[in-house]
Amino acid sequence: MGFHRINLTVNGEMEQVDVTGYMTLLDMLREKLVLTGTKNGCAAGECGACTVMMNGEPVNSCLVLAVECDQALIVTVEGLARDTQLDPIQKAIMDAGGVQCGYCTPGVLIASRALLDRNPDPSESEIRAALVGNLCRCTGYIRIIEGVQEAAKM
Amino acid sequence: MVVSETKPNPVGESKPRLDAREKVTGAAIFGDDIQFGNALLHARILRSPHPHARIISIDTRQAEALPGVKAVVTGKGFPGYIGLYLLDRHIFCRDRVRYVGDPVAGVAAISEAIAEDALELIEVEYEILKPVIDPEYGVSSEATLIHPELDQYQVASFILPQPNSNISNYFKIRKGDVDSAWDNCAAIVERKYRIPHIQHVPIEPHVAVAQVDASGGITLWGSSQSPFAQRNLIAQALGISQSDMRVIAPYVGGGFGSKAGVSMESLAVAIATKVKGRPVKLLLTREEEFFTAFVRQGLIAYFKMGCDGDGNLLAMENKFYWDSGAYTEYGVNITRASGYSSSGPYEVPNVKTDSYCVYTNHPVGGPMRGVGMPEMHAGLEQCIDELAQQIGMDQVEFRRINCVKEGSILVTGGKMHPTGLLQCLEKTAEAIGWGHKAEASAANKRRGKGLALMWKAPAMPPNAGSSAWVELAEDGRVTVGVGGQDLGQGSFTVAAQMAAAALGVPYEWVRVATPLDTRYSPYEWQTVASRLTWSMGNAVVNAAKDARQQILEMTAEAWDEDLENLDILNGMVVSYKSEREIPLENIVIYGLPKADDQGWIGGPVIGRGKFMPDYVTGLDPETGQGERAVVHYTTGAQAVELEVDLDTGQIEILRGAAAFDVGKAINPELVRAQIEGGFVQGMSSALFESLNLKDGYVQNPSFVDYRIATSSDVPGGIQSIIVEVPQDDGPWGARGVGEHSMVPTIPAIANAIYDAVGVRFDGPPFTAEKVYLTMLEAGIVK
Ligand code: FES
Ligand code: FES
Repeated sequence: MGFHRINLTVNGEMEQVDVTGYMTLLDMLREKLVLTGTKNGCAAGECGACTVMMNGEPVNSCLVLAVECDQALIVTVEGLARDTQLDPIQKAIMDAGGVQCGYCTPGVLIASRALLDRNPDPSESEIRAALVGNLCRCTGYIRIIEGVQEAAKM
Repeated sequence: MVVSETKPNPVGESKPRLDAREKVTGAAIFGDDIQFGNALLHARILRSPHPHARIISIDTRQAEALPGVKAVVTGKGFPGYIGLYLLDRHIFCRDRVRYVGDPVAGVAAISEAIAEDALELIEVEYEILKPVIDPEYGVSSEATLIHPELDQYQVASFILPQPNSNISNYFKIRKGDVDSAWDNCAAIVERKYRIPHIQHVPIEPHVAVAQVDASGGITLWGSSQSPFAQRNLIAQALGISQSDMRVIAPYVGGGFGSKAGVSMESLAVAIATKVKGRPVKLLLTREEEFFTAFVRQGLIAYFKMGCDGDGNLLAMENKFYWDSGAYTEYGVNITRASGYSSSGPYEVPNVKTDSYCVYTNHPVGGPMRGVGMPEMHAGLEQCIDELAQQIGMDQVEFRRINCVKEGSILVTGGKMHPTGLLQCLEKTAEAIGWGHKAEASAANKRRGKGLALMWKAPAMPPNAGSSAWVELAEDGRVTVGVGGQDLGQGSFTVAAQMAAAALGVPYEWVRVATPLDTRYSPYEWQTVASRLTWSMGNAVVNAAKDARQQILEMTAEAWDEDLENLDILNGMVVSYKSEREIPLENIVIYGLPKADDQGWIGGPVIGRGKFMPDYVTGLDPETGQGERAVVHYTTGAQAVELEVDLDTGQIEILRGAAAFDVGKAINPELVRAQIEGGFVQGMSSALFESLNLKDGYVQNPSFVDYRIATSSDVPGGIQSIIVEVPQDDGPWGARGVGEHSMVPTIPAIANAIYDAVGVRFDGPPFTAEKVYLTMLEAGIVK
């Protein structure tokens, strides 16, 4: 089986990983780097649980091949907080009660962070549109949306 | 000084979730996150391609020969039966497959890809049998028997299978005299509804890892609502001791009932027994998740109800055909629950109900949030609206007259306990602005309001038990042991609040012993039925009180004081008499010097507590009548305002309001989160969801074809109202609310659609297409 050696930055750390041609970014993060915060909900690009930031853009990591990530900058949920200092989006969604089972949460946080990075003051409908690919079965989204609004004010 | 401070009580305060920080940082460990290293094997399952067939032969030789394959397992080595109430299935099929997806063989290999390849090499010869795909047909004598051995299965005493039929449970209500009551009715409504199968759709798919140790002990790690039930049922099926079966249950990424009881977990365990020592992981694909674990069973429901000219309900005659699918892990009890709750939250003097649980060649029906109540209320609460309209009475007024109040005679003959249902009704009606019709937002839209009531009791055996322990460390901090799971509803947080309040320490001092582990965690029946706050809560309170008592008795003796004068406040033992005080730290481990200073007393403190209801009586099998059918009912109301787009048929939910009588909100924000989340899940089931089955085959097992509500579908606001009429057997008066919030949503929406455009449907989902075509047929649009 052919392996490819790739170099990339994940949550600020330089990583060198050997991956097969068909390994996804999701599997590489979870299996090779043991960053299990990023979740697998469908492996088909339909639920958003696996959302990570790739070069500043949110992507479904289950649809990205690891080999495409050579020289990429990746941020996962584990990379949001600085030491013990939570990112405002983490704190806001937590305080708003936007976390129940927590399985969608990593993807929701990354998608929201990416939204706020490109649009620091989003309208409610912009927030809804940015999160439409992140399925949550527990919260009914209302508190997640409130959390993003709060984070925008922080 | 401490003594004069008011006693802090975290119960009733919206304390932050214990698990939130772990969950927002990616640190929370779910089943698929546990690391097993290179020894880990991956399992895949060969599933039946037919809805109903006899297995003639299975040839696994080629699959076994594939390099990388470590074991191929079939039903051959596993003759035991498994089932929660009715033991009606084997771990792997042995002689017959009963639904598309039924497990026929399992492969463990060094990679998922190799396991998948090996499945292709297994040859199975089937003899196709005629499937049963309609529960109403299923009860007829012409229908093929799906379980010819039904009369030999082991079954719980309160479940009544009918031999030589496809009926796995038959529950009856015979109250009063329905037949002669119809003559006194001024109005009668008769309707039939079809509630489709749906799926729970937890965002985390089912996962299980099993490993057998050198002495034959089995460990199962899984995403589980029921570690103790899994221990019991899997051990029984394998014929091993429960003590040799250990279940470890980390965080659950959503369950809603799908991860209760045993579904796919026993497959991983069976395979693990053939690869001695190596852990075996089975992770369901999203496609498998849609139909091979559990689904919410379908329902065909007939309602007939009548009232007199003043709006008093006089009679109801209901018939339920539950499409339980191929096996009935929970279906039999859903059938029973819908029977003993079949009047809805109303006092009706004459009731006749027949509730059938019917085997079909469909996916297996499991419990889903509300266990039968959303399906039953979907039709019932529309009939109530129609009946009120027929006699020209306002629907809220009609409900006010008829809804159960304290002392009402219930459908099962007993008396209703104190309930805030009337308050829920009034507050919800007020919140939605009942009686005021607002203008639609555009000329091509019509606006409507709808309301529905609900009730639901925990559906469980009469003696489902809970236990808990409370342990203190040197620093006085507290660890609570529970066996109930936190699926996101916040049960760990609530357990910590209760322990803190009952013991007398700050909430921040309490943690919960996780992950759940049947070897170390105290017993809990299952995390289902919205029973944890109430049942597990009682056990936690008892454990905390026990620890408190130990501490106070020790201090009383050491200080030579009366017990009555001592208290624990904010983590300090205090005396109201001598005004002495001492922090909990150290004394809860090392004890205290005796009063005469000659030696020590006390020692490490561990409180224990349990709770098991002992007051539920049986019901007469012929009449369904009895003193106390259930522990209690949580009641509530929900209302919506919506718009129907005449051009597209699209429904937009503008806002919602809901009130539930939770007895006591231990954590009001968590209660509101349940009310909102349930509303949206109910809304999703009303507008979008149906697992489409054609000749036994699921047509839409993916997120693309099976749509659930997204962030763009939900209303801007849901007003959640908490009503608190205390429950006599609940901690601080609390009752459960997790499931209840999605029970009245379908009929509230259906009633609002009727209010807007005057059409009704025989069942959800009220998709744009369906709404548009129905309006077209009714001549409302051209
Ligand atoms: S796991 Fe990638 S979108 Fe669902
Ligand atoms: S919190 Fe459970 S899926 Fe979003």
